[in-house]
Amino acid sequence: MTVVTPEQHGLTAHSDGGWDASEKGFVPVQTRSARPQSFEHTDFAPVNGLEAEWKLTPVKLIKPLLDDALDGAPYAIDTEAPEGISVEWVARDDSRIASAGAPEERASANAWTNFEQALAITITGEEHSTVRISRAELGSTARAGHIVITARPHSNGTVIVESTGSALLSENVEVVVEEGATLNFVSVQDWADDAIHLASHFVQVGRSATLKHTIVSLGGKVVRVNPSVHLSGEGADGELYGLYFADAGQHLEQRVYLHHEAAQTRGRVSYKGALQGTGARTVWVGDVLIGPHAAGTDSYEQNRNLVLTEGTRADSIPNLEIETGDIQGAGHASATGRFDDEQLFYLQARGISESEARRLVVIGFLSEIVQKVGDEQLEARLHTAIEAELEGTIS
Amino acid sequence: MSVLSVKDLHVSVETEQGTKQILKGVNLEIKQGETHAIMGPNGSGKSTLAYTIAGHPKYHVESGSITLDGVEVLDMSIDERARAGLFLAMQYPVEIPGVKVADFLRTAKTALAGEAPALRPWIKEVNGAMKALRMDKAFSDRNVNEGFSGGEKKRNEILQLELLKPGFAILDETDSGLDVDALKIVSEGVNRAQEATGLGLLLITHYTRILRYIKPDFVHVFVDGRVAEQGGPELADRLENEGYDRFLTDTSVA
Ligand SMILES: Nc1ncnc2c1ncn2[C@@H]1O[C@H](COP(=O)(O)OP(=O)(O)O)[C@@H](O)[C@H]1O
Ligand SMILES: [Mg+2]
Repeated sequence: MTVVTPEQHGLTAHSDGGWDASEKGFVPVQTRSARPQSFEHTDFAPVNGLEAEWKLTPVKLIKPLLDDALDGAPYAIDTEAPEGISVEWVARDDSRIASAGAPEERASANAWTNFEQALAITITGEEHSTVRISRAELGSTARAGHIVITARPHSNGTVIVESTGSALLSENVEVVVEEGATLNFVSVQDWADDAIHLASHFVQVGRSATLKHTIVSLGGKVVRVNPSVHLSGEGADGELYGLYFADAGQHLEQRVYLHHEAAQTRGRVSYKGALQGTGARTVWVGDVLIGPHAAGTDSYEQNRNLVLTEGTRADSIPNLEIETGDIQGAGHASATGRFDDEQLFYLQARGISESEARRLVVIGFLSEIVQKVGDEQLEARLHTAIEAELEGTIS
Repeated sequence: MSVLSVKDLHVSVETEQGTKQILKGVNLEIKQGETHAIMGPNGSGKSTLAYTIAGHPKYHVESGSITLDGVEVLDMSIDERARAGLFLAMQYPVEIPGVKVADFLRTAKTALAGEAPALRPWIKEVNGAMKALRMDKAFSDRNVNEGFSGGEKKRNEILQLELLKPGFAILDETDSGLDVDALKIVSEGVNRAQEATGLGLLLITHYTRILRYIKPDFVHVFVDGRVAEQGGPELADRLENEGYDRFLTDTSVA
């Protein structure tokens, strides 16, 4: 496991690919694990929007989060922690912080530099329990946030973070799933129409530990959530799901990085999105890296987008790097398309009207992810939210 | 008495090589309660006929008509045809991810009846029909056709036939890919539906074996986009012995 401590200032990169542009005709290749990392905002150059990392993002809209000093004070949350899970605000020097990763871009580093306290969620109970945390009152102040979720060895829990209301937030979320633990983490972005939210999730899954990580992005002007998940212990299992529904004028982005670091790890990535209305925009980047020590890896990633109207744009970019020959299987799939006429025909041939058939197909398409969430109450709420997104817009 | 009538039907599809004529003047008349078998070699246009009756947008009707009790079916949308009482059991039923069988059946029943069925009796009816088709209860919780074996997909089609109670049903190679046991179960389901509702049946098949379990009143031999010969059940026996060669030679001479 690569552990970077906050003391390691400056840009650090552990590279086996690396850049060497001086060689004639050489195309620079950077392996996914070789990106520069730093906890310091100033270590990252100002963003001009042409960087690979940012070129698909509306950087003009996120300027304050990239460049300005951010308010790093705790904000109001609503939660009730059950037995076996604690929720508390902790200081920057808490031992749980900086145990899962380090920023790889400027907005993330800006959040790290500016946060004052972190929201620490720690699961210790071996009987499964669920904690729901909602935040609704972040307002329009430019903020830095930090969440650190720690699943202690052999613990079992579900953590649901639901965000609503307005926000101008850059945050880092650290998740450490320790040996033998099972964690189900769901992050729901159902922000108000004007919200801007950038998040980096740094995740370590330890030996024989199991993680289910789900991102649901429905509301917000710009929502960019980038999970980097390292299957760092032998036998670690990571299922990464995502569901997004972009309406007119919304930008929903997710850059997923799944790193098979240890041997015998299993990874599944499945993101599904729907787009409707002029200017609805989604970005999905899925980097899977199977490292040199990841013998026996079993990996599959997919992204599917359903385009409901004209005037939308979905980018879908899967990437698979394999550094060992000894794997069980690895594959990826990406597809962006309109309704499947055969599905609509089948439903209509049973008497179902065209509009109802479309509704069923979209809901069914997204339900595949909802069905994975593993929390009945949230699943019901997401079904309602998806129905609301569709209301009156499919004709 | 209800009648489904196909008159001088010409149908084409757009292919990469241009417009392709598939049906070249089909005539058929099926009365309520009758069973018509359509037999013919692969590629003769049997599925095209089935899809055209059901209203699949891929198939263009160049001329001719399809009427149900005198009303032009070609003027109806796909779902209107279903609501008028037409049903197509598909040769290759499609998967609908994320839509559970139970929800789908109830939505279809509601659409056809114009109101939601009362919950208790409906669930009882669904369970009874599934049991009769030897389908595990767990099917209602699975997504429509997703991960179903070939035989399970066909059972699921006949389940819908029994529950949705159409006036006329077209079964497109429902028998293909079924082993003998499954073929019997599925055939019994079709016969039950016909006894219960006086269904008119258009049974499309490549082989004669399903006709051992579902007795046709009429047999139509379909070759190169039209009915080349018709007769009673004895015609099926002849095809069993002689195959389609006779007809293929005929058309190549003609
Ligand atoms: N959508 C289509 N595009 C191109 N060709 C088609 C299409 N549907 C059917 N055909 C062609 O029309 C002919 C008849 O097909 P079909 O009706 O499926 O026959 P059958 O069911 O008797 O095997 C075949 O040559 C087939 O290739
Ligand atoms: Mg066919």
